[in-house]
Amino acid sequence: MDDDKKLTSKDFLNQLVAKHYEGALQAKAEGKPVVWATSICPQELLETMDLATVYPENHAAAIGARKGALEFIENAEGKGYSSDNCSYARVNLGYADIQKAEAQDIPMPDLLFCCSNICNTVIKWYENLSKTLQIPLILFDMPFNHTYEVPEHSIRYMRGQIEYAIGQLEDFTKRKFDYDKFGEVMELSNATCEWWKKATDWAKVIPSPLNGFDMFNYMAMIVCMRGNADGHRLFKMWHDELEAKAKAGLGPWNSAEEQYRVMWDGIACWPHLSTTFKALKKYGINMVTSTYPDSWNVRYEKNDLSGMAKAYASNYANRNLDYDEDNVVRLVKDFSLDGIVYHSNRSCKLMDFRQYEIQRRVEAATGIPSVVFDGDQTDPRAFSEAQYETRIQALVEMMEENKEARRKG
Amino acid sequence: MYLGIDIGSTSTKAALIDGKANLVAQKVVNIGTGTNGLELVLAELLHEAGLTMEDVVYTVATGYGRLLCDVADKQITEISCHAKGVSYLVSGTGTIIDIGGQDSKVIRLDPLGRVANFAMNEKCAAGTGRFLEVMGRVLGCKLDELSDLAGASTREIQISSVCTVFAESEVISQLSMGTRREDVAKGALVSIAKRVAGLCKRVGVEPKVVMTGGVALNKNMVEAMSRELKEDVQAAPYTQAVGAIGAALFAMEAAEKKENNNG
Ligand code: SF4
Repeated sequence: MDDDKKLTSKDFLNQLVAKHYEGALQAKAEGKPVVWATSICPQELLETMDLATVYPENHAAAIGARKGALEFIENAEGKGYSSDNCSYARVNLGYADIQKAEAQDIPMPDLLFCCSNICNTVIKWYENLSKTLQIPLILFDMPFNHTYEVPEHSIRYMRGQIEYAIGQLEDFTKRKFDYDKFGEVMELSNATCEWWKKATDWAKVIPSPLNGFDMFNYMAMIVCMRGNADGHRLFKMWHDELEAKAKAGLGPWNSAEEQYRVMWDGIACWPHLSTTFKALKKYGINMVTSTYPDSWNVRYEKNDLSGMAKAYASNYANRNLDYDEDNVVRLVKDFSLDGIVYHSNRSCKLMDFRQYEIQRRVEAATGIPSVVFDGDQTDPRAFSEAQYETRIQALVEMMEENKEARRKG
Repeated sequence: MYLGIDIGSTSTKAALIDGKANLVAQKVVNIGTGTNGLELVLAELLHEAGLTMEDVVYTVATGYGRLLCDVADKQITEISCHAKGVSYLVSGTGTIIDIGGQDSKVIRLDPLGRVANFAMNEKCAAGTGRFLEVMGRVLGCKLDELSDLAGASTREIQISSVCTVFAESEVISQLSMGTRREDVAKGALVSIAKRVAGLCKRVGVEPKVVMTGGVALNKNMVEAMSRELKEDVQAAPYTQAVGAIGAALFAMEAAEKKENNNG
């Protein structure tokens, strides 16, 4: 208990990141199988089966943030992968070949676990891994939801695939699936997601106790630890810290005050994280939210397989334009936003494709200004600092005009 | 006196206005950020106005070089400065099209002349002054001759590549097939107009449509733009100095605000 008092969630986060990767490397060394999985997949199954799992998207982001991505990207491009492919895929496909990264090593997989509720790119990416490494692939095919609500047939389709995957996992591990444990994991995953959501919701307070760029860091753990006790403890701890900060009226930073509140649409620019952060902070802009708090708010009742299927089928990235519009408009209101920064991410066609239209609709519905800048989540070559700075400053000028107009009534 | 400086990628502009917002002088030199363009343009400007830096109360810098401009009291983006400058020069402007050396932007103004929305070309040189420069090089003419060349076109040819590098080789092969230079020049202007029209549609076009920047000196370009948008398009007066004029107006406002706060 005493240790708990001294330990901050940030320390604990760092410990868990290290533990996560060490655990997976250790498992491999002991001859246990390792799984590579996509970021919003039904990890409950893997957790129940006690399978060491790493997440290539997380890993690629970590390599990107430590400025090591180019080596892997160039390797993948050298093998013929177009630079138009997602850079997470290029980093990972490069890593699968080089198998060594200064930033962070991961064990090579024995099983692939892929859910296309985030995009279609992951299907071909994982198929290629499966073929090259000659290992099995468990695929959850999650077609895009063209209707506002997720249709019943999609939920049934997902449920069927979850049930089928349980059998595939039993075959792979030659062990029986433990349904009691599954129930516990479901319960824990839901509780962790709830703390994640509640923690990020503290940013609704003005000033926000949360610096949104911290959220990017914690995100890595909601991807890979939501089904275990460590993850649960981390997010509760983070929540409590933010609650205390909010109640004390503390803002996001010690050295500056929050003057504008924005949403960041899209993934971070990992190789330019500090540049993108500092340019915002310089003007007192705090990124208070994004679409991510909801992405990992994967919620359903314990032992409700259809509920779980629905939760995974409902991921934001897989929803139609009208839903996205309502979602962002709601964020503008709930988080009292002054503006929006859209990251036109060269990697992620799925997110970019809808961006201009969402921008147009959200502007019409809310009247708040926004800017689009060019970048990439892990490819350092697709970003210009001067262009970014100009757009951010222009956003400040527009937000300031609005504030001025409000002051004058 | 209030000074506005616009340091772009290929040119540097400066403007002076007096306390009643009258334009006193404006100057353009055709070298941009990272050169001695700033010293040159200031020397010419002050000489013409018969003034010295001592007479300047407040300075605002804009353009890509704005953050490195140490004579400025404040930096404001070219987006806001173009909006300010155009609203001052052409009342009732709804949309501004600025085709610059490195980027193009379209700014939609609200009825009060404030920036309502804007879009800039992303990722590449297509639809920028750079594209025209490359075309000029292939056609063996200067940028300002391109307009006249295009004016003598009798047949419209299509340059279908949006990428500047691809378009260059497309044009070379057109020329080697015997296509007239005039027609290629026209094709280049239309190609830019099409790209920029795409940006316009993103922010929504509101009349009056006003073009700024060096490319707007090219009257065939303005015409091509107008045809693409099916809207009347006019070039702003002092088209190259619009950003600097806007910056000078902001300088005046900032100085007044400062005075009010102090007094
Ligand atoms: S960044 Fe986009 S394209 Fe890449 S894996 Fe994620 S969702 Fe798919």
